[in-house]
Amino acid sequence: MSDTVLDAAFFVRWMTAAAASVEREAGRLTELDSAIGDADHGNNMQRGFVAVVKVLEADRPEAPGGVLVAAGRQLISSVGGASGPLYGSLLRRSGKALGEAAQVTREELRAGLQAGVDAVAQLGGAAPGDKTMLDALVPAVAALGTSFEEAATAAEEGALATVPMLARKGRASYLGERSIGHQDPGATSSALLFAALAEVAK
Amino acid sequence: MTGGAAPVGIVLVSHSGPVAEAVAAMAAGLAGGGATAPVAAAGGTPDGGLGTSTELIGAAAREVDRGAGVAILVDLGSAVLTVKAMVAEGDELPEGARLVDAPFVEGAVAAVVTASAGADLDAVTAAAGEAYGYRKE
Repeated sequence: MSDTVLDAAFFVRWMTAAAASVEREAGRLTELDSAIGDADHGNNMQRGFVAVVKVLEADRPEAPGGVLVAAGRQLISSVGGASGPLYGSLLRRSGKALGEAAQVTREELRAGLQAGVDAVAQLGGAAPGDKTMLDALVPAVAALGTSFEEAATAAEEGALATVPMLARKGRASYLGERSIGHQDPGATSSALLFAALAEVAK
Repeated sequence: MTGGAAPVGIVLVSHSGPVAEAVAAMAAGLAGGGATAPVAAAGGTPDGGLGTSTELIGAAAREVDRGAGVAILVDLGSAVLTVKAMVAEGDELPEGARLVDAPFVEGAVAAVVTASAGADLDAVTAAAGEAYGYRKE
């Protein structure tokens, strides 16, 4: 797989698969968010990814970077909650890092996503262990150096690992100790993003 | 307003439309008689729900932009992150628009009062930020 080159069509398939996955899991995301957040994560992510698919269908960028920049911009403008600017910055910054190249390797994607994850950390001021999407994203991007499958597994394990954590960012942090015992909705949707990536890379 | 210079515009971004509208009205009211700096509210989502909308924020910023810069004050959570992301993006806000680190209500009053008095963007930003220092006990 290490020699696989990924083109714009691959990235459109990734975003489309992510949208389908978010739609499938919207109820679960909102349920997790009703435990420690404001019960809108599923709906917000669904609205965002519906808009992403729509814009990619209307005007398909020619480069992988362009696909991610367009998707990120759409998430920022259509999600309505904090996950909009966070996921939007993740994809947009990753897309900018990929530049104009018509094809990228898995390693180039890993490096691009690393830039995106750094942007998320900077925007939200969070670090791994704070019970946020970073707890899934950071291990996933590291494991993407090995394979798409490993990245998806690392993201899923990272999301599960947020259960015993004490939330230190966002609305859940107001709950203090009561945030312990619940899986973070943002880490869960981040795992969906990497599961979709592994699915289209098969 | 003093002199003929264009005023700084103020945008108030809240999760709630009514909160943003009410704070804008209060700040303009407390700025006193005479011409006040342009203030626009960008609260909630376009369909009237709770949340943050880049569409409403962008429209509000363009509405109050007189060429002297736009100070954007925000309440919390996605309002903060959305405006930060919009500033980083760079193409959805007028040139000279900036996120101001200030308490929402007190900062809005300070910003509108100083902007109405003809202060430039740096002075408006500083006045709004100083509102963090007004202790209440």
